[in-house]
Amino acid sequence: MKPQRLHLAILALGGQGGGVLVDWIVALAERAGWTAQATSVAGVAQRTGATIYYLELVEPTPGREPVLALMPVPGEVDVLIAAELMEAGRAVERGLVTPTRTTLIASSHRTYAVQEKLAPGNGIADSAAVLAHVQRQARRSVIADMQTLAQQQGSVISASLFGALAGSGALPFALQDYEAVVQASGVGVQPSLAALRAAATLAREMGASAAPVQPPAHETVETAPRPLPAQAAAPALQPLLQRVRAEFPAPAWNWLGEGLARVVDWQDLDYGHDYLDRVAALARRDDGAQGHALSVEAARWIAVAMSYDDVIRVAELKSRGERSARLRREIGARADEPLGSEEFFHPRLEEALATLPRRLADWLDGSPRLRAWLAPRLDRGRRIRSQGLAGHLQLRLVAGLRRWRRGSRRHAQEGALLRRWLDEVDQALDAGDGALAIELLRCRRLVKGYSDTHERGNGRFMLLLRAAAQLRGRDGGAAALARLRDAALRDAEGQALSAELAAQGLG
Amino acid sequence: MAERSFAREVEQLRVPAGSEFRGEGILAVTKALLEAGVGYVTGYQGSPISHLMDVLADAQPILQELGVYFEPAASEAAAAAALAASVNYPVRGAVTWKSTVGTNVASDALANLASGGVTGGALVIVGEDYGEGSSIMQERSHAFAMKSQMWLLDPRPQLPAIVKAVHDGFALSEASRTPVMLELRIRSCHLHGRFITRENRRPDFTLKDALEHPRRDLSRIVLPPASFAHEREKLEQRWPAAQRFILEHQLNELLPGELEHLGVVMLGGLYNNTLRALELLDLADMFGASRVPLYVLNVAYPLVEAEVLRFCQGKRAVLVVEEGQPDYHEQHLHAILRRAGLATAVHGKDLLPKGGDYTVDALRRGLEGFLRQHHPAAFAPAVSLPMPRPAAKPAVPEPAPSATPAAAAPPLPPRPPGLCVGCPERPIFSSLKLVERELGPHHVAADIGCHLFSIMPPFNLGATTMGYGLGASSASAFNAGAMLGARRRAIAFMGDGGFWHNGLSSGIANAVFNKHDNVFVIVDNHYTSATGGQDIPSSRAANAQRSTQHPIERAVRGVGVEWVRTITRTYDVKAMQGALREALSSREPGPKVVIAQSECMLNRQRREKPQRRAALQAGARQVQERFGVDAAVCSGDHACMRVSGCPSLTLAPSGDALKPDPVAHVDEHCVACGHCGEVADAAVLCPSFYKVHKVANAGRWERWRHALSRRVLGALQRAQWRRRAARALYPLEAQP
Repeated sequence: MKPQRLHLAILALGGQGGGVLVDWIVALAERAGWTAQATSVAGVAQRTGATIYYLELVEPTPGREPVLALMPVPGEVDVLIAAELMEAGRAVERGLVTPTRTTLIASSHRTYAVQEKLAPGNGIADSAAVLAHVQRQARRSVIADMQTLAQQQGSVISASLFGALAGSGALPFALQDYEAVVQASGVGVQPSLAALRAAATLAREMGASAAPVQPPAHETVETAPRPLPAQAAAPALQPLLQRVRAEFPAPAWNWLGEGLARVVDWQDLDYGHDYLDRVAALARRDDGAQGHALSVEAARWIAVAMSYDDVIRVAELKSRGERSARLRREIGARADEPLGSEEFFHPRLEEALATLPRRLADWLDGSPRLRAWLAPRLDRGRRIRSQGLAGHLQLRLVAGLRRWRRGSRRHAQEGALLRRWLDEVDQALDAGDGALAIELLRCRRLVKGYSDTHERGNGRFMLLLRAAAQLRGRDGGAAALARLRDAALRDAEGQALSAELAAQGLG
Repeated sequence: MAERSFAREVEQLRVPAGSEFRGEGILAVTKALLEAGVGYVTGYQGSPISHLMDVLADAQPILQELGVYFEPAASEAAAAAALAASVNYPVRGAVTWKSTVGTNVASDALANLASGGVTGGALVIVGEDYGEGSSIMQERSHAFAMKSQMWLLDPRPQLPAIVKAVHDGFALSEASRTPVMLELRIRSCHLHGRFITRENRRPDFTLKDALEHPRRDLSRIVLPPASFAHEREKLEQRWPAAQRFILEHQLNELLPGELEHLGVVMLGGLYNNTLRALELLDLADMFGASRVPLYVLNVAYPLVEAEVLRFCQGKRAVLVVEEGQPDYHEQHLHAILRRAGLATAVHGKDLLPKGGDYTVDALRRGLEGFLRQHHPAAFAPAVSLPMPRPAAKPAVPEPAPSATPAAAAPPLPPRPPGLCVGCPERPIFSSLKLVERELGPHHVAADIGCHLFSIMPPFNLGATTMGYGLGASSASAFNAGAMLGARRRAIAFMGDGGFWHNGLSSGIANAVFNKHDNVFVIVDNHYTSATGGQDIPSSRAANAQRSTQHPIERAVRGVGVEWVRTITRTYDVKAMQGALREALSSREPGPKVVIAQSECMLNRQRREKPQRRAALQAGARQVQERFGVDAAVCSGDHACMRVSGCPSLTLAPSGDALKPDPVAHVDEHCVACGHCGEVADAAVLCPSFYKVHKVANAGRWERWRHALSRRVLGALQRAQWRRRAARALYPLEAQP
């Protein structure tokens, strides 16, 4: 009978220790007297790119040397190990996973590719879709967050993948054999063994249950609003909470809760009332279409607009006690270990003036000589040591400006922008174009960030407001505006948006 | 010191004769060289043979015991020229490099060497960087062998065959007085396998003997009339001698098969995959028994007419399996067969892909086409065969099944290689991008090396790459800008590796001589990083075997550059920006050279991690840093990533329902290089970046001081927390 020959392909990223995993598998086979051949095509991929390793294992064939191939053959792979979810997808794309044959062992965690990071919006690939797809293509699949699993054991992903291979039973070797290999390797043995065993157990359980794997929680990018509490944590907010339940349709409640919490924390209780008034004005005109989308989106985006990013907010956020605790966790500092941090601030003259009372700011701005004198003194990078007393007080000083925020120049500007935007929404509603009004509210997503980023977002937001005026009443106008918004979030240079505007004969 | 250490592996080089050697192809080659009694070895690193250089470097002690000289050459040309030692003396020499690029650089020396011929065996081990995983232009080394009349070995990708090829190579070289090339494909270099060792041999004739009894032979020197004699000698003596040797020692293999009217002619290096393709067509078994006769050319050049005719005699058709273009073997076979009046049909590129990797799948389809044409019976329903037939498997659809699932597949983000976490080259390109925002886009000439990754997102900088160390010279024509009154200068990049390889003379000295007005950025990261972190003259490490620490600035001033700015910390984006801005706007004539210095982070981490761990255990005070992003402050615009692209600067959910877009997040791989913070500051992006540090093993006084300020801070923060709690809708995160 033909001797058994197993074909394994491993897809890993540079620095994931794919080579170690290969060495382990080779050792595993050789100590059982099998013939093992391994090869790889590193090329320049050792620098963060993807690498493919390929192994062939042949049961003992005394006196006869098998001739082994040097690359995986589509349709001829028994075990496919992918150290990252998209690489698993790539393996399928390359035909290395076959429904009739291949055991797929993959880590479901994501290492985002540069392309995914560059979008000004959300450019992350669809993990759930890829996950479902690769599972459909495999005969058996062991998919879990092997990265986290390894880290929990203080080890690295190669160990958990090796364990998953053991647990999958895809190779005719016993768990002890795998453990012996890791023991012999001599480096970080205990953590590696722990990760190996944990992954092996997990893989066995998965083998037992045929339930499809869910993507790890942290892969769902958007966060759902918290349920509206029955009682406000602070009694002072109870009246506001009652207003929410009394004046607004239920579908909007959770969003109103998030919005309320944000604006009140950002400014004060009165500001919370202003917020509810603004949303109410639109909620009153909500005909309940698309599940009260008008109220929902108003609750969402008016809160965002009213709690714009400014230095006051940043200083407040960075001075909090919860944050100090978080920094301690991140760097893994024990209670008695001195901790410090440097905050990278670079407020420009514009930001500084923005916090001043409008008249004063305008006056300063009016005088070129004053500007010339102020600019170099203000416009430079500042490093604030927020975990030191002095730094903390600096931050608290800035955060304290909250009291005068309403009178600041920035607040006036933001207020005008807010009104301009909501007018546009009203006009859409007057024109009976509720769908457009909803999309208009969503457009506020474009405005975010600081300095240049903020200006860019603002500019595009304005473009969309103008476009909306032109689209008002047009059938398909709402969909058109939605397309424009997505385009605006696709690239920083704004090419997608200009293209879309041109395509729609706008701008 | 190289990125990877083979200190443990090289111990295998001492194993006694007759024992089983297990390891990478590269290590096997080194062992074979020692067994062959090589006298000297040199070369230049580069994938896929970088590890061969690293292994040799780590094997210094063993080499010294055997009296074998090793040096990492300044370039492939320098390595090839070193083979001159085997011209007049019966000493065996071996050189190695990445091909075809390295062979391009070496070809001048090789051509001269091949003309005069050699006395001692001269072996040129080329890592054939062709096909999947290759990092260079897609060409084959074959042409070099043909044009200079050197012999080219292409052994089966199995350790015993590769080791045998090293031994055969020296013998063939000596028998025919001709340098011999040994070609190893990417996968063969990284191949793990086993072979039975022989005894290591000291060179019979050493370089000491040569130095003490110098010889010269005018007829070996390439100068008329000798050069004309060399050509005749090649044709009338060396070539026939080589063919005789190949026949006598049966370097090529003729493997019988029952389908005698057919045959497959393949390069040795393609044997394994071709056999697998035949196996998948049920025409061969796992141990090499094939129904189709095979002719395995372990010697790719020269072909031996007699042998070719013997194989093709009486065959209806043969299929030639050789990658890439031109199809030298196919053409040559045609010539040989027609000259001999044989009617055997010759197939090759008509059935197999014209170019690219000959994957098992491509071979399977080519062979299937060949057999359908000349032996359709092979695909008739199962007949009894002289070998056990594997269980029937689903017929292979065409094109390869890979296409089918891909159709339904969701889109996947591409993952090109890029700069590592904390790479010191990243801030250079961030700076240039920021400078271009002020001064507009410029023509940027790139070079070979890690910095070539600048051509990819997020930087998208660099228009051409003309070869290792040629970044500077590839901007030469743009010096016309001065003459034509252009308002912008060209910028040329070069790594320290390329600089010492040839860039100093071909680039910088040339720029001085021709009064270039261009800007030259030399990336000085202490190693040839892209090839695996080998040392070069400007390396900072104290290397026992080499003389290092020769500053690049001294070298460029030495060749006459006046305008030099050395940035000793590339992470200082402001300084980097300043230097670039100044270089691009300076009125001073002559080349403007910016030397950007910071150690390759990959090597730095490898160097420092153990030290840090040791110091920590020893109870020494240790400051540990990492960077972070405040999710609540980050706006989710990702502007920071568009000027950084650091792998550890990644995305995370905002954790805030009112922020749908993912926010920036610094993961655990962060090495606290500080680039993200620096660039966020320089580009005036946002205040969400911070650097946090902790002090391990702090002294009592420091701990006391910190505890005190922490108590005060804690009190203030608790008060602040209470005020916020007084206007909270949801319960706040508990106050520590």
